[in-house]
Amino acid sequence: MPAVSKGDGMRGLAVFISDIRNCKSKEAEIKRINKELANIRSKFKGDKALDGYSKKKYVCKLLFIFLLGHDIDFGHMEAVNLLSSNKYTEKQIGYLFISVLVNSNSELIRLINNAIKNDLSSRNPTFMCLALHCIANVGSREMAEAFAGEIPRILVAGDTMDSVKQSAALCLLRLYRTSPDLVLMGEWTSRVVHLLNDQHMGVVTAAISLITCLSQKNPEEFKTCVSLAVSRLSRIVSSASTDLQDYTYYFVPAPWLSCKLLRLLQCYPPPEDGAVKGRLVECLETILNKAQEPPKSKKVQHSNAKNAILFEAIALIIHYDSEPNLLVRACNQLGQFLQHRETNLRYLALESMCTLASSEFSHEAVKTHIETVINALKTERDVSVRQRAADLLYAMCDRSNAKQIVAEMLSYLETADYSIREEMVLKVAILAEKYAVDYSWYVDTILNLIRIAGDYVSEEVWYRVIQIVINRDDVQGYAAKTVFEALQAPACHENMVKVGGYILGEFGNLIAGDPRSSPLVQFNLLHSKFHLCSVPTRALLLSAYIKFINLFPETKPTIQEVLRCDSQIRNSDVELQQRAVEYLKLSSIASTDVLATVLEEMPPFPERESSILAKLKKKKGPGAVSGNELEEGKREGGELNGAGERPGDSSAIGASNAVRLHIPTHSLNYDIIYPPPPLFQSTPSPSADLLGLRSAAPVSAAPPSAGSLLVDVFSEAGPAAPAAGANDDGFLRFVCKNNGVLFENQLLQIGVKSEYRQNLGRMYLFYGNKTSVQFVNFTTTLKPVDPLVEGGAQVQQVINIECLTVFSDAPLLNIKFRYGGALQNLTLKLPVAINKFFQPTEMSSHDFFQRWKQLSQPQQEAQKIFKANHAMDTEVLKAKLLGLGTALLEKVDPNPDNFVCAGVIQTKAQQVGCLLRLEPNAQAQVHTHFPVRALGLESRPLGVSSVTTLSLCVSVVHHSFICNKCL
Amino acid sequence: MLMQFMLLFSRQGKLRLQKWYVPLSDKEKKKITRELVQTVLARKPKMCSFLEWRDLKIVYKRYASLYFCCAIEDQDNELITLEIIHRYVELLDKYFGSVCELDIIFNFEKAYFILDEFLLGGEAQETSKKNVLKAIEQADLLQEVN
Repeated sequence: MPAVSKGDGMRGLAVFISDIRNCKSKEAEIKRINKELANIRSKFKGDKALDGYSKKKYVCKLLFIFLLGHDIDFGHMEAVNLLSSNKYTEKQIGYLFISVLVNSNSELIRLINNAIKNDLSSRNPTFMCLALHCIANVGSREMAEAFAGEIPRILVAGDTMDSVKQSAALCLLRLYRTSPDLVLMGEWTSRVVHLLNDQHMGVVTAAISLITCLSQKNPEEFKTCVSLAVSRLSRIVSSASTDLQDYTYYFVPAPWLSCKLLRLLQCYPPPEDGAVKGRLVECLETILNKAQEPPKSKKVQHSNAKNAILFEAIALIIHYDSEPNLLVRACNQLGQFLQHRETNLRYLALESMCTLASSEFSHEAVKTHIETVINALKTERDVSVRQRAADLLYAMCDRSNAKQIVAEMLSYLETADYSIREEMVLKVAILAEKYAVDYSWYVDTILNLIRIAGDYVSEEVWYRVIQIVINRDDVQGYAAKTVFEALQAPACHENMVKVGGYILGEFGNLIAGDPRSSPLVQFNLLHSKFHLCSVPTRALLLSAYIKFINLFPETKPTIQEVLRCDSQIRNSDVELQQRAVEYLKLSSIASTDVLATVLEEMPPFPERESSILAKLKKKKGPGAVSGNELEEGKREGGELNGAGERPGDSSAIGASNAVRLHIPTHSLNYDIIYPPPPLFQSTPSPSADLLGLRSAAPVSAAPPSAGSLLVDVFSEAGPAAPAAGANDDGFLRFVCKNNGVLFENQLLQIGVKSEYRQNLGRMYLFYGNKTSVQFVNFTTTLKPVDPLVEGGAQVQQVINIECLTVFSDAPLLNIKFRYGGALQNLTLKLPVAINKFFQPTEMSSHDFFQRWKQLSQPQQEAQKIFKANHAMDTEVLKAKLLGLGTALLEKVDPNPDNFVCAGVIQTKAQQVGCLLRLEPNAQAQVHTHFPVRALGLESRPLGVSSVTTLSLCVSVVHHSFICNKCL
Repeated sequence: MLMQFMLLFSRQGKLRLQKWYVPLSDKEKKKITRELVQTVLARKPKMCSFLEWRDLKIVYKRYASLYFCCAIEDQDNELITLEIIHRYVELLDKYFGSVCELDIIFNFEKAYFILDEFLLGGEAQETSKKNVLKAIEQADLLQEVN
């Protein structure tokens, strides 16, 4: 038993705890607990009224049992009774129980709230604090509803005790975090901000957390806090270590408050007022100077507190990113820490330097520490420190040191901890690609990566090397040679076989001149790996073989022999069997010409942002990859950053060939031979991932340019939205396309895939939980879905759409769910506009203008002149008009600058034929004249709805032109 | 600087105190506790006191047989959190008079009360040792009077 038992100790409780501690086994413990639970239950149910002390003791025992990890399903009522006891100690235990074991039983909540209300109005500061602590600990919506109005009053009232103010401030903060809509600061704002001036340091310490949180959400209303914070900080920083009495911690004046002040300032840009800014810069310099002074104490607490302020100051300097002098000083200071004997400081210095590396002012200064960081990667004993070192190397990498850094990372990978290998592989792959000057280096690096850490090389990485080899003809020969050599190794990773199969199948001819790598040698080498591989790899190899037959006719008999053998043609795997049968047939009946066409070299992949980068961002979570890096990727990406498609999937080979072929007469229907990736899948699959629907971080969208046009229009992924705040933006983006990200915020991403035929449509909605916490009570207005969405999970919903008649307003989708207790309510426009029901119609020039002239009645025409939002690029305009769903009629309009289109809008009620003519005014580059004329088809008279249709068409088209994200 | 939660556990992995500043289900709390206790206990003595865990940062320190372990958010300050732990240990020490694990086991409710005076809603409420202890002493006095 401990010596201390202040107040009235509960002997029964102490005995019970001792008993539990003396239990020899888990079973004995459970037995003892069950005995106690039965005892307490009978006491609570018994006829004899329990006195306050016993009630307190039993409630406390229940709490102890709960904290041991057992479930407690009774005793709440007794605990609530204790709240209204006038004995402090009973009340206190009651509140503790409620705080730990709150139950959303509505009857109880009412009682609890009543007790809290009484204590809040008791004017007894100790009772008030207890009540406030309880609200802050529970922080439920119901409590916010009951007390969010009252607490600000307590906080700013002149006669409130300091300790109560402190509790009130943090209590309010908690309520604001759970239910921001219920905490209205309006009239209190200025008085709350002025708490920064309070004489009592404790009040300032508590209030500043509240102010920081409110400032993050409403920076404009709280901006007066900046100058107050600067002067408060300045007073602390310049004070002697004894001035602040008990707020000085190991000779450091008010370290917590200092950190919080520096943190608050990070909510704002540098102060505009010169005097305030000067004072702040002075503070920051003083903090940097103090770091150089000899320590006032040898205790680690002294240096920790001092350095906590230093790191927070450096964070502010990085946040401002405008004071080159301070940035370089910060970097030098961190450089010293890199070799400090304290592991904690080395860790934090590496971490903080990562952000410094992204500032143009300090990037070079960070780079000077490369050797130290490489050394850390090699010698640090703690994996978390090594991880920081790897992050920093990644952040400081640029063209000048890429080869060195990539080499170091590769050699580290050989011994790296399993937990960080995958991330390291991604980083190496990205750096190698981003800073490749010669592509043979890039190919070598990736093949090394597969050799060293093949298991951790994800699909994205090996898809990417293939995309790049296919797009760069100067590296293809080298790639074929290198991969051929790599495959010589007796045990090589399956990923190597995949890359090898693909590359030799495409470019094996480039090395076939050398007798050491003659076609048959190549084939035999590949085939020697075949039996060790998984089904997908074997499928890929079969495709490589058929490509060999085309590249090297002399290999045909050997390969046909292989395809013909039972283990292929009767393989129990249907995919393999089908490929074997069909490739065999194809090779024996198709003429050389047909073969050559079917099996032509792959076309270049469209250039797009690297899917590896997206993967890394997903892994690290949003914000981990700095914006700087993304931009750089874009800047330098022109040469390399290409598609996110799946070259490795052999069905993609087939699909792509078939698309190019157009051989409907051929006996082989490509649908059967090479099933193209299904457009829609019911379960999240790798292809769904490539659509970007599951990637956590938004991929930055480059504005459409002629060069990337095809990619953008035909890509399923399209550029995902940079976190769309308003869904209107998301909505507009869908005018000309059917797939993409409809909405995204911190919590949720909603992806859409849709297809339309005539007046029917089908839409797939993907709701992705971006957080690590589950959403509960998840509902949408459309259809019931699983109410629980786990962190990181995605749920899918399919809806069928029928267009009954012409409409102007998009249907609305309402989504509700609870995230961490807070109700989230979203209303979005579903991306369905009238143009989705356009059926394209082809017609000749003669027909078009004959009909156009016939449709000259006022109610048959609508037009609009609008300003083009960006330069009118013919290809972009064409793509938009196609995206609209109409047929783009080429060589129909005598004026080559004009575009004409025709289509029929299909609704259940009627069909409305539309002719569209877009007359860009290229000289002025400003106006686009856009008349639309329509006729009712099938002899239906033109009614009001047609006119509506016309103006709708015009507005839809207009929208598609003002929204630069439509494509 | 929102602290997400604070856990105190023994070298044997027994949880001695848990304080959650964000709403989580009991199931989730148990899962987190299990995972973290395991992770932290597996670390060697000279390793650094910080680690990345899910999207949070864990700051921990061992005092005799007890581990004090806090989870903070990505932007938060690790060193000042380490000193929050230390200050809490000082408060316990001062209150119990050279505190040991047994004090916290037998007077767990006091450990919670002291914590509430020091940290509220995951933020430092009162960092002065004197003021925190004064509040607790006053409360103790109240129960003796009654």
